[in-house]
Amino acid sequence: MVIVIAIVEGYNVDKTYTIALIGNQNSGKTTLFNQLTGSNQHVGNFPGVTVEQKRGNVVGNKMLEVVDLPGIYSLSPYTLEEMVTRDFLIREKPDAIINIVDATNLERNLYLTLQLLDLQIPMVLALNMMDEVRNSGHYIDLNAIQLQLNTPVFPISALNNEGVHEMLTGLVQLLNQQDEQPWLDYCSGEVHSAVHAIRHLIQEKAEVKAIPVRFAAAKLFEGDEPLEQVLQLDSHDLDLLNRIIAHAEEHLGVDREAAMVDMRYQFIDALSVEVQSKQGESQESIRSQKIDQFLTHRYWGIPLFFFSMLSVFWITFGPVGTWFSDFFVAGIDHFTSWVDLSLETFGLNPILHSLVIDGVFAGVGSVLGFLPIIIILFFLLSILEDTGYMARVAFMMDQLMRKIGLSGRSVVPMLMGFGCSVPAIMATRTLSGARDRKMTILLTPFLSCSAKVPIYAVFTAAFFVKQQALVMFSLYLGGVIIAILSGYLLKSTVMKGNPVPFVLELPAYRMPNARSVALNLYDKAKDFLTRAFTVIFLGTIVIWFLQSFDMHFNWVESSEQSLMALVGRFISPIFQPLGFNDWRASTALLAGITAKEAVVSSLAILLNVGEASQVTEVLPTLFSPVAAYAYLVFTLLYMPCVAAFAATRREWGSWRGAIGAVSFQTGVAWLMAFLVYQIGSLFWV
Amino acid sequence: MTLEQIEVGQGAIIKQIRGHGPLRRRLLEMGLTPHTEVCVRKMAPMGDPIELRLRGYSLTLRKEDAALIDVILNESIAQGEHTGPNHGHRHRHRGGLQRG
Repeated sequence: MVIVIAIVEGYNVDKTYTIALIGNQNSGKTTLFNQLTGSNQHVGNFPGVTVEQKRGNVVGNKMLEVVDLPGIYSLSPYTLEEMVTRDFLIREKPDAIINIVDATNLERNLYLTLQLLDLQIPMVLALNMMDEVRNSGHYIDLNAIQLQLNTPVFPISALNNEGVHEMLTGLVQLLNQQDEQPWLDYCSGEVHSAVHAIRHLIQEKAEVKAIPVRFAAAKLFEGDEPLEQVLQLDSHDLDLLNRIIAHAEEHLGVDREAAMVDMRYQFIDALSVEVQSKQGESQESIRSQKIDQFLTHRYWGIPLFFFSMLSVFWITFGPVGTWFSDFFVAGIDHFTSWVDLSLETFGLNPILHSLVIDGVFAGVGSVLGFLPIIIILFFLLSILEDTGYMARVAFMMDQLMRKIGLSGRSVVPMLMGFGCSVPAIMATRTLSGARDRKMTILLTPFLSCSAKVPIYAVFTAAFFVKQQALVMFSLYLGGVIIAILSGYLLKSTVMKGNPVPFVLELPAYRMPNARSVALNLYDKAKDFLTRAFTVIFLGTIVIWFLQSFDMHFNWVESSEQSLMALVGRFISPIFQPLGFNDWRASTALLAGITAKEAVVSSLAILLNVGEASQVTEVLPTLFSPVAAYAYLVFTLLYMPCVAAFAATRREWGSWRGAIGAVSFQTGVAWLMAFLVYQIGSLFWV
Repeated sequence: MTLEQIEVGQGAIIKQIRGHGPLRRRLLEMGLTPHTEVCVRKMAPMGDPIELRLRGYSLTLRKEDAALIDVILNESIAQGEHTGPNHGHRHRHRGGLQRG
């Protein structure tokens, strides 16, 4: 039976087609991708870079595999996303392209379309948001576009899943077509002759490298060094190329880049006059302007933003999040004790038993406890993102962020750092520019994450009962100040160089799509769980091992003799100048690397008190109040937990960078705790 | 004059973009080509960056980058009236590119 099915399926699926989905940012690309593939998606990275690549088979048509390429405005070789898209299109040669175009913003979107047409890959044009065009009483002549561009055009609404089926039918027809699409020559005037000449010059070399000749010629005209190298143009070719371009520039009176861009836009202008009739702005645009009068208002725009962020954190870490989190943690605890009991009944070897319960369940379980909070946080933030509000936040905060060498776009990931560094570091993926990305990854963990709250709570209860709120506030503020100062420092030392220019589209406000939000959450949860059961799983086993065995690999009864304590004793002199050289304090810091709240639970174990709540009574024997505050400052700033380190490693793209980042953070932590203790000791003994 | 000197609510026509490299390329590709009409719509609460309306969409850029864009003040554009998509650059000169 199984074999029969396999044969029947094998007969149908004789070939899978790779379809590249390309469009501008804010064109509804992700929504369309989700509509096309549903939950049949898998996430990976483009080879060698940290740009995310999503693939998925089309629901109801397994022959079509869609690859979601980064949202870009052009195929210039400047940003990482543009490079990745170019490389993918040229090297992997997809069977067809779906170019998604925002129909309410036809002109700028068609700019990318013209470049895609140069690639001579079969292509359909999906005109998205046609419902908005119609609702605004505007009209677009689809036939005219189709004729002008020699490309099938389909009106769709990705949000409402309208027209998507028809587009797919058109795409399949295109794939079955034998004859090539007649190509469109949009070049005119001097540029035309120059591109024509370049085509002749490089024809053979381009064919050898299997690069579309028209694309190569247009790009070489614009100036494209990576391509010159790929084509292995010799000095003779380059000389001729430069002469052709110099000749064209002289006749046009402008430089090559401007000439090419301008020619494309001239073609588009002429086209758009022909195909669309518009009276005034679209409804969405008018509505957006009205909303913006309020949300980006000169005086209350920024207060409103802070208020909305406070609301997000209040919901996530306040009653709602806590309720879900407690519920979830109770479930995990319940399951843990059930397994604990079952293993005991089974009579498992006590060491293995300890590995399972004290190692894996305690470690992975404590990290899993964050899942509800991460989901709620991402839910709220993805709503703010999908509505278009986050672009306004970048707009409003840019001036402030520039001062520390970043752009407004880094605001959101950094704010997420107050919740959890892991999703915050993951969110840096949306930033363009490696420098901005790395700097944001480096600074975000300074912002006090929620896992550090239990540490503050226990220490303030033990030492600063009266000044509890003040101490908490000083730590949060301290994190922000350190992030700002580090930003200054990095900007003028190792992270020199220009920040990515801040040229950002402000999309119209739109309702988020429930399916996209749900899929986004699913992705984030999956990503987090995968990490919990791989990196964190291994990490907890290592820590468990260090905690449970001594130097001779004998099982230890009390953690005092463990390897971890040995390491703790070994490193404790480092903390002498910070006021806490007790080996238990340093051992707890080591344990905190698994997850920050483990600092408290480890202290409980090492101080031989049964419950974490009793720690408050014993702590004053270990620290003076000033040393306790220095200890808090150190825990606030030192290297983030394993999960955040794993995220850093992944987004940074190299072990070296990630290790450098956490070394920097730990160094800053030591220095600040040192200053706090030394200066504090002058005033309080 | 340059684009960053245009006041909020005023319109302008782009002459050329100075400078070189990725930023200039990006500005051109976002549709800030010669003869395009733009309207300065807003200023961020802290005075920078600015929000522009052109070719039927909104774009934000920093003042120091806007200073690279030479423009001619277009008195006939008042905010909200003629900044509609496709109105702007429709009457551009079709005689090819001007020198300079």
